[in-house]
Amino acid sequence: MSAIHLVINNNPHDLEIAPDTPLLWVLRDQLSLTGTKYGCGMGLCGACTVHLDGEAVRSCQTPVSSVGAKKITTIEGLSADNTHPLQRAWIAEQVPQCGYCQPGQIMSAAALLAKTPSPSDGQIDSAMGGNLCRCGMYQRIRRAIHRAAETAGKGA
Amino acid sequence: MAITRRKFVLESAVGAGAILIGIHFGEPLLRSQESDKAKKKAAPNPFDAYVHVKPDGKVSLIVAKSEMGQGIKTGLAMILAEEADLDFNSVSVEQAETRPDIYTHMGTGGSGSTMENFMPLRRAGATVRELMVTAAAAKWKVPKSECEVKKGVVRHGNSSRQASYGELVEAASKLPLPDQEKVELKDEAYFALIGHATPRVDIPAKVNGSAQFGIDVRVPDMLFAMVARCPTFGGKAAKFDASKAKAVAGVRDVFEIPSLGRGVFTAGGVVVVADSTWAAMKGREALDITWDRGGAASESSEGMREALRQAAQKPGKRVRNDGNVDAVFSNGAKKVDALYELPLLAHATMEPMNITVHVRGREAEVWAPTQSPDWVQGTMAEVLGLKPPQVIVHTTYLGGGFGRRYMADFPGEAAQIGKIVGKPVQLVWSREDDMTHDFYRPATCHRFVGAVDAEGRPVAWSHTLASTSIRGFWDPTAPAEEQEIGGAAQMPYAIPNVRLEFNDVSSAVPRAWWRSVENSFNGFVVESFIDELAVAAGKDPFEFRRGLLVKPVNWKPKNEDDVDPARLRGVLELAAKKAGWGKPLPKGCGRGIAAFCSFGSYFAEVAEVTVKSGNFKIDRMVAAVDCGQMVNPESVRSQTEGAIIYGLSAALKNEITLKNGAIEQTNFDGYDPIRIDEAPPIEVYLTESKEDCGGMGEPALPPAAPAVANAIFAACGQRLRKLPFQLKSA
Repeated sequence: MSAIHLVINNNPHDLEIAPDTPLLWVLRDQLSLTGTKYGCGMGLCGACTVHLDGEAVRSCQTPVSSVGAKKITTIEGLSADNTHPLQRAWIAEQVPQCGYCQPGQIMSAAALLAKTPSPSDGQIDSAMGGNLCRCGMYQRIRRAIHRAAETAGKGA
Repeated sequence: MAITRRKFVLESAVGAGAILIGIHFGEPLLRSQESDKAKKKAAPNPFDAYVHVKPDGKVSLIVAKSEMGQGIKTGLAMILAEEADLDFNSVSVEQAETRPDIYTHMGTGGSGSTMENFMPLRRAGATVRELMVTAAAAKWKVPKSECEVKKGVVRHGNSSRQASYGELVEAASKLPLPDQEKVELKDEAYFALIGHATPRVDIPAKVNGSAQFGIDVRVPDMLFAMVARCPTFGGKAAKFDASKAKAVAGVRDVFEIPSLGRGVFTAGGVVVVADSTWAAMKGREALDITWDRGGAASESSEGMREALRQAAQKPGKRVRNDGNVDAVFSNGAKKVDALYELPLLAHATMEPMNITVHVRGREAEVWAPTQSPDWVQGTMAEVLGLKPPQVIVHTTYLGGGFGRRYMADFPGEAAQIGKIVGKPVQLVWSREDDMTHDFYRPATCHRFVGAVDAEGRPVAWSHTLASTSIRGFWDPTAPAEEQEIGGAAQMPYAIPNVRLEFNDVSSAVPRAWWRSVENSFNGFVVESFIDELAVAAGKDPFEFRRGLLVKPVNWKPKNEDDVDPARLRGVLELAAKKAGWGKPLPKGCGRGIAAFCSFGSYFAEVAEVTVKSGNFKIDRMVAAVDCGQMVNPESVRSQTEGAIIYGLSAALKNEITLKNGAIEQTNFDGYDPIRIDEAPPIEVYLTESKEDCGGMGEPALPPAAPAVANAIFAACGQRLRKLPFQLKSA
């Protein structure tokens, strides 16, 4: 057990925890931040995607001890009220079916747009290729990312 | 139309006694809104069951089906709101509690939720409206005919009096219930919600992490459990040493649970209970178990494939026999002979199986991501020695279903564990557990012999279907072909001599319903082989099919799942037109078409592919849909897109194989569904139809794979008869 300090969605947390525990399970089991999902435990599906200092990472492959001082953002911290351009676009395009993979999809998309405000289809494919959607909503995900890019570009 | 409820009765030897569980999964349910009324209980009081109006005017609509992404929470609520004349934007929609005494069939499957509920919920909504009007008219002492309703407010036209449902509900709910079968329904021409694209009510919570799936349930003082199961089916732990596991920080307990028998089909195993999911995983890794691998430890995919090939090439149980195919084959007509093979498949829902249970003496509370809360309740009650009403089952959101979450295995395990733990405990399956202990789509082999005459007309069609059948696994005494022949027995093309025969192949691998069930393989083989006959006849595959979809004068379906040739031709023509069938494509590109009816809905799909240096890419999918009366066209589109991608994952990539009795694929590396870069653009074209509601969760799937296979043939001349597709390099 180690004492670990984390900043998650701008809130500080002090935990006593086994240092090899993946960040995913710290979020879900210790802190009840269950928006970040378990899908495969091997970094294959992207359902557990969160941001560390704005970079998309797979929290199931991130030992909590490796986070250090980096700021963690989860789906719960993306916006207070569904107003992030991606969340608006996800609703406008009616993207989710079951919805289980969508927090990970949105977090991957948010990291993409932060660096590439107006991505091409090819850029979307390479940024989102690690996120599985078993409901097959890829076409809507692509459309929603383009829509969010447009509205963000207009300052909406 | 005659309706026969194809009730699938399972014998479940849970606990001491055997119980009979009826599930309606897979039944066609065509026109079920009008089906066997005699057997049905009286419709429940809609104020209890479906429409909860609070005195402050707030209205909750109750949905008694599971939401797994198909949009049923929105669709069924729309039906209620339409007839009750409610403002859909101001209602809340809630999940029903598991009350089989109120809701006759809570299982969500067989693409049946809308079909089953369309008329009952229209009547329930209309009954609420009727009672509100009656209450208002009595209050104002005016004739009911002078009252009108808009958005949950009753108005008297001749005065300015008005009253909201909130003000009227106390009086309305005390009135005698009218006969709901006779309550006046809206004229469909005035539908304001039904048939109009409506945003789904579950989506806002699914973009911010607040939607609660089963695995997200958090209860004070809860523990987490994982089970080590024998990798082979029918095996068990011979001995185990828990000392290292118990030394893992956070592990609370280790114990063994036995396998639950037929009907529930749990593997049994060694349970690790811990403070967190991670500690349970680490504890399970530290277990030292010697497995008794059981009697099926030598089963392999090679053996299964060979057994299926042999079974497909010998005479079987005759299921359909029109005319005399043998006479045609012996008279020198041009013959086409082909063998098709399809593998076992896993469901691989994004949310692995899980369930949370708190057993408190003579009561248990359960949070279940399930397609069958009533079956969960019955199964867990049996294991716990309780009566079903003592087991409170809350249905959460489901992170995908596709048939997997109909099963009662993980609930059975959770009941065993919860009884021992005595505290709230969440049973979590890892991805590996989920993939290696699924109930798999059967593996099949199909031998076809067809014949075309000198004029290019198909004159004979012989199909021998061999399958590791679902029924053969669940109930070896039942006719094994029952859940295997759908879509093959109804082969819709007008061919004078048609024969279908069936052979079962046994296996220890658990099998059950995978999205679209047997239509997933029969759609592929029927729509591929008709294409082969078109080629043999030298005809255009679209025109060939079109000419064979002939609706005889005065045609009426004899069975509930008979295919209306005119409706199938309708979608075939629509898909061909929208896809630009016949327009030239660049070299190396090809177009393929397939049309198929299942679950009461008609689909045709056109694929465009490019074949290049031994690889192919799907450039475009075009789908035409006739699912009868639509409730939410937005959901119809979304389900069409999703089912096509699900079908293409199986066509292009996925296969479950068996070695030494164990499943070889354990995670998304070995069983990788389609990803965004592989997903083609999909265009969906809807048909306005006043026919009865068809299902939408599954029927877009069967035509996807054959449309692509036929397109690949058109592009390069290779006929792909084995899934997943493997193109021979040029």
